[in-house]
Amino acid sequence: MSNLEHIKEFKDLYSSKIEGIDSPDFVQEIRKKSIEAFTSKGFPNRKNEDYKYTDIESVFNKNIHKVTEPRETEVKLEEIFKCDVPDLDANAITVLNGFYYSPNGEMLKTFDNGVIVGSLAAAINEYPDIVSKYLNELCKDSKESLVSLNSAFLQDGIFLYAPKGAVIDKPLQIVHLMMDASDIMAQHRNLFVFEQGAEGKVVICDHSLSPANFITNSVTEIIAAEKSNVEVIRMQNEHNESKQFTNTFVKQRKDSKVVLNTLTLHGGVVRNNVFVDMIDEDCENYTYGLYLADRNQHVDNFTYINHAKPNCVSNQLYKGIMDDEATGAFTGRIYVAKDAQKTEAYQNNNNILLTDDARMRSKPQLEIYADDVKCSHGSTSGQLDEDALFYMKARGIGDKEARMLLMFAFAQEIISKISIVPLYERVHDLVEKRLRGELSRCNNCMMNCKA
Amino acid sequence: MSNKENEQEKILNEVTETDYKYGFVTDIENEYIPKGLSEETVRLISAKKNEPEWLLEFRLKAFRHFLTLEMPDWAHLNIPEIDLQDVIYYAAPKKKKELKSMDEVDPELRATFEKLGIPLDEQKQLSGVAVDAVIDSVSVKTTFKDTLAELGIIFCSFSEAVADHPDLVKKHLGSVVPYTDNYFGALNSAVFSDGSFCYIPKGVRCPMELSTYFRINAANTGQFERTLIVADEESYVSYLEGCTAPQRDENQLHAAIVEIIAEKDAEVKYSTVQNWYPGDKNGVGGIYNFVTKRGICRGDNSKISWTQVETGSAITWKYPSCILKGNNSIGEFYSVALTNNHQQADTGTKMIHIGKNTKSTIISKGISAGVSQNSYRGLVKVLKGAENARNFSQCDSLLLGDKCGAHTFPYLEVDNRSAIVEHEATTSKISEDQVFYCNQRGINTEDAIGLIVNGYAKEVLNKLPMEFAVEAQKLLQISLEGSVG
Repeated sequence: MSNLEHIKEFKDLYSSKIEGIDSPDFVQEIRKKSIEAFTSKGFPNRKNEDYKYTDIESVFNKNIHKVTEPRETEVKLEEIFKCDVPDLDANAITVLNGFYYSPNGEMLKTFDNGVIVGSLAAAINEYPDIVSKYLNELCKDSKESLVSLNSAFLQDGIFLYAPKGAVIDKPLQIVHLMMDASDIMAQHRNLFVFEQGAEGKVVICDHSLSPANFITNSVTEIIAAEKSNVEVIRMQNEHNESKQFTNTFVKQRKDSKVVLNTLTLHGGVVRNNVFVDMIDEDCENYTYGLYLADRNQHVDNFTYINHAKPNCVSNQLYKGIMDDEATGAFTGRIYVAKDAQKTEAYQNNNNILLTDDARMRSKPQLEIYADDVKCSHGSTSGQLDEDALFYMKARGIGDKEARMLLMFAFAQEIISKISIVPLYERVHDLVEKRLRGELSRCNNCMMNCKA
Repeated sequence: MSNKENEQEKILNEVTETDYKYGFVTDIENEYIPKGLSEETVRLISAKKNEPEWLLEFRLKAFRHFLTLEMPDWAHLNIPEIDLQDVIYYAAPKKKKELKSMDEVDPELRATFEKLGIPLDEQKQLSGVAVDAVIDSVSVKTTFKDTLAELGIIFCSFSEAVADHPDLVKKHLGSVVPYTDNYFGALNSAVFSDGSFCYIPKGVRCPMELSTYFRINAANTGQFERTLIVADEESYVSYLEGCTAPQRDENQLHAAIVEIIAEKDAEVKYSTVQNWYPGDKNGVGGIYNFVTKRGICRGDNSKISWTQVETGSAITWKYPSCILKGNNSIGEFYSVALTNNHQQADTGTKMIHIGKNTKSTIISKGISAGVSQNSYRGLVKVLKGAENARNFSQCDSLLLGDKCGAHTFPYLEVDNRSAIVEHEATTSKISEDQVFYCNQRGINTEDAIGLIVNGYAKEVLNKLPMEFAVEAQKLLQISLEGSVG
């Protein structure tokens, strides 16, 4: 099928399945505008500079069922999937194939301090005032066609609302699961709102539980109001037949601090876009990423950090280890607007290639329109330091172990940014296992494949 | 605003408003062909130059390919639409008869070169520079040909090379930049008027710097020159290219191609000082400089080094590149790009590592002032077979004033694990501490800035041959002394 036929397929699907859904006007409006935007944009091809290294068109070139309504599951998810982060004291909620999954029928939970957590679909009906104020605000003008596609089919996902001054004491754990006997594509939408002075940590875990071909198109909007403090950690651990596209939008107001950390341990084709808008002064943003890819996995990270106002600080660090025939890509752009003086913006991308078939493409970019700034970026691609290896071997550490230690030390810089201790320990362990070649994602997988 | 700031503002204004000092028009009788681009134009140019059939074929193939292409828009440039039908593709000073001695060169033309500071006459012999002057597409006079001929070095205009050394030209033309390469490359391949050709035979070290001065003179003419440099095994040549253009209101198109071939153990050093008319301070006029420059290190242990000082042109779009095919070959790129007023530049390099143990170094220094936009765009590609490839890139940007932009767009593509690729870039303004330090020691702000900027660009200026280094330093000084944002 050609690009045009795919667009038509989605358009038809929209007419038959989405248009008729009884939703409040503001949601209908978003969907309607977005399907038009998507139709005019189409899927990006590789001539698009931002998609030079990831072929989106070909991913959609297969016949695959598009999930537009929740499916009945015969198995109880909580029985087959258990989060294997021991001692992670978190409030866990689940999204299955794009729809909120509740084991007990409770769709929204309100905590004592006013924090609301639960299904976005439920929140649209119960809190239309809050949702309509923020939903789609950050991505309504996005050039990304997958974002428009997501908005056009917008139904469910996670809604998190932290009112003024509220502190979410336990991290919120969101588990995105993909499970179906046949090949499916699912989309979900997350909306996190942190009002003035609110604080919270969110852990997003992406998993696939059955061996079929999956496509996930995920959009997350994070609104960080004045003086808020937000940390979002995303762990991607899907199987090698899955394709995952995530778009994360962040809007920061004065004195806010946002930390994003994306850890890609597994996945077939992964593309993560991060767009950060610092629209007031004195914001801090830290965006980190770690990707460990082997076999013919493809991991592409794209960031856009917009310094619209003076006195903001941003720091990006992305690190990757590419094994076998894996391909990694990184595009990072720091944009410093004309009046954003005293900006400090840093960006670094370091990569290790372990084999001659592994590939890395890196495009760190600076676009600067203000003169009183400190901006720098760096990128390296190389192999393990022979001198360091020799040093260890001379002290009786075996070659394999020495290599492992070096790789682990390389990855540790990102892992150490995780502020949730049990999660840090678990990721520490996962990465170590991952680097040792023990496929940690199989630990809790019921498929028992020999992959 | 404090007094100090006021003063800085004043200096900045003075500096950024310096007029183009090479803006004069030489009144030489030109021979034009009618405006417009068509297969007819291509045939006409070829016929005017009495070209052999194979070259016309090459042009026509390029033209037909060109018709299938669209103007690319990926650069960080705002290019007004260019009407290629409104361009004169061939403007040659009318030749009356064969020139035998210097006296026969048009006195006005000679005066132009004098104004440019290029003595085309006997004085040049003392400074030891052989000049092939290209004025509006046709090479006028080549000096030192005889001296070079003794060593077997061929240095002549492209047309002469086509007539006298057709086999060499035929063998190498388009071998580094094929006519299918890009939009402006295809256009040049179809309509190129003249240029320089240089061949250094095996084992010869060229005793002098070879030099070409380009100058766009006639109004409304595009300049499409083509340079081909072939360095045979174990040879060495240093080649200089300088460009100026008279002040013209309409934008003039310049789409050149430079091809360099370095065989085994050969070394080519190519230096450019580009000072085309940048347009006035309101952004009216100026040259569009869309150039394809590429060299190939074809043999083992060969080396190609690009050094450029770019201060001119309204729009610059230029990526001097190296294909490192031979094992142990080396590619270098040293660049200072300065943009002022409404100038735009998107410039950088491409280093393609194919051979084993290949090395490349990229040092780029961008300086933006006024309301200009200055971008570095560079590709480092390490292919699978390029074992132990090594690259180091450093791209720094200096902003003078708060209305300009400085951008860095590197592309690093690594397909080999033994490769080590490093890129780093910084963007900043001139540090107040440094200025203060100089002030404290009795150096006024203006001189201090001159000092700091020259120090900033020194790494690159050092790579220029003597004559150019002086000119380049002067150029930078004209534009930058005392600039503080």
